[in-house]
Amino acid sequence: MSHRRIRFYGAAGQVGTIAVTLLGLLLLTFFIGRLMPADPVRAIIGEDATRETYEQVYRSLGLDRPLWEQFAYYLGDVFTGNFGTSIRTGQPVIQDILHVMPATIELATFAILIGAGLGVPLGVFAAVNKDRWPDHVVRVFSLFGHSMPIFWTGMIALIVFYAHLGLVGGSGRMDQFYIGLVEERTGFLLIDSLIAGEMDVFWSAVNHIILPAALLGYSSSAYITRMTRSFMLDQLGQEYVTTARVKGLSRNQTIWQHAFVNIRVQLVTIIALAYGSLLEGAVLIETVFAWPGFGQYLTNNLITGDMNAVMTCVLIVGVIFIGLNLLSDVLYRIFDPRTR
Amino acid sequence: MEKPILEVDNLRIRYGGASAEAVRGVSFTLGRERLGIVGESGSGKSTVGRALLRLLPGATITADKLRFGELDLLTLSEKEMLKVRGRRMSMILQDPKFSLNPIRRVGDQVAETYLRHFRCSKAEARDKALAMLEAVKIRDPERVYDQYPHEISGGMGQRVMIAMMLLADPDLVIADEPTSALDVTVRLQVLNILDGLVRDRGIGLIMISHDLNLVRNFCDRVLIMYAGRVVETLAARDLDRAEHPYTRGLLAAQPRIGGGRAPLAVLDRQLEWLEEKA
Repeated sequence: MSHRRIRFYGAAGQVGTIAVTLLGLLLLTFFIGRLMPADPVRAIIGEDATRETYEQVYRSLGLDRPLWEQFAYYLGDVFTGNFGTSIRTGQPVIQDILHVMPATIELATFAILIGAGLGVPLGVFAAVNKDRWPDHVVRVFSLFGHSMPIFWTGMIALIVFYAHLGLVGGSGRMDQFYIGLVEERTGFLLIDSLIAGEMDVFWSAVNHIILPAALLGYSSSAYITRMTRSFMLDQLGQEYVTTARVKGLSRNQTIWQHAFVNIRVQLVTIIALAYGSLLEGAVLIETVFAWPGFGQYLTNNLITGDMNAVMTCVLIVGVIFIGLNLLSDVLYRIFDPRTR
Repeated sequence: MEKPILEVDNLRIRYGGASAEAVRGVSFTLGRERLGIVGESGSGKSTVGRALLRLLPGATITADKLRFGELDLLTLSEKEMLKVRGRRMSMILQDPKFSLNPIRRVGDQVAETYLRHFRCSKAEARDKALAMLEAVKIRDPERVYDQYPHEISGGMGQRVMIAMMLLADPDLVIADEPTSALDVTVRLQVLNILDGLVRDRGIGLIMISHDLNLVRNFCDRVLIMYAGRVVETLAARDLDRAEHPYTRGLLAAQPRIGGGRAPLAVLDRQLEWLEEKA
């Protein structure tokens, strides 16, 4: 019974923490909107409007009211799903974001699969061979991925694999020829084309996503490799690993059935965080590959000072990271008996 | 004399890159008896234990003879060693806080030994593990089986360890400081359990320890190690009649209840103790 009560308080505490974090995040986005040198009134009425019009719009936006009241209005808007209209596109911000997000999610998901698929085995391999040549090779390989500017590798890769070798598609999500051919249902091109049964479009999309995803995956695998290596070294140095060997388990069984199993929660956490930064931070690769995604959208809004859109983008990034942290907390509770 | 379980002759161990050998020419034989290996930290006693299981990564092991039953431990392949470890020879490690996998149920960890060495169903391995937990005098095996290492006490953890290492009925068990991490109050209890099982099952025991009194009470024979060598071998009951100055020094350095309040004797180390006997 007391156990259940502890668990209840644990869950309640978690909800409280999230609520406070969210509130902080909203405060932050609110003040970004207020403190940025962009004038929302001017953005709406233009440079040539009269003083009276300015005053009128100023009042209708509620800018004459005290800050806390404005914040309350902002909260109300956010919770009713009203994020305002983008000045740049003239559309509701949320609609714009729903349009660009799937492209980024598709790219980031592909990339993280490559990154984790490469980084985790390499990290284990490096840890098991600590200070021997495989470890050094892996270190150089991942240092390379970590330190190359991705826009540069992106351009080089385009020149080599697209222009010269013709192995992959070029920029954009699919060949020009196919654009508009598939009805947009989910926004995920790979899924939409499959639903529509357009295999040509599907393969064109795969051809286009593979290169940017591989580059992003490679660069995030650098981080994943290093973390996996250090998590594994931590476990391999523990006495229970010796116990497993004494019981008669082979080296590989001990590595995968004992040590690796014990790092899975930490692994999921860092992979989730890497995924989060791919979702927000793929700006450079999206630019190089003309990928109509979230990173590009956010950057364009920052450049044009489209504050409603910027605030909403920041809010979304924040919510993604809160969600990822929550995920890792929950995983710890499930997989690590010591936290129960 | 019956055929010995273990014959060690001129065992030498050098860790990779080290300039000196950690173990320099250790020889002994072991029957179905309880052998204590006593020595200070760094004397090489644990290294000997791990070398017998061939669990010393990066170390070079040489010997004139290293026989375990009908097996030659020096030439056995790693694959064959896997069938020896846990099944015919096992080792009880020092501190259950670290030697048990923190995120696995203790019962499953015990059962793993059985699953590793016998073809059987999980249910059968579970039954074996439960019986073994009962044999190490755990009162409610069903409940303990499903607990995690952090939920049980050190004494109980070490009994789980014993269960794990004796489950496959080995010929030889090495106990590497099995009670140093335990409270004084549960030490005897755990040792008695280990002792009872080892005697009942006719298992050879090597008890590695730095505790002279413990070895005196729970072993038949004692090897005294100093700086990688055996300086003296004697029957446990003759410990008081030890001749080597190192052993004598160790005995003299022990406090006695009711003894005088004079400062305890301190070892006066002699360089000649380091020399190898011809």
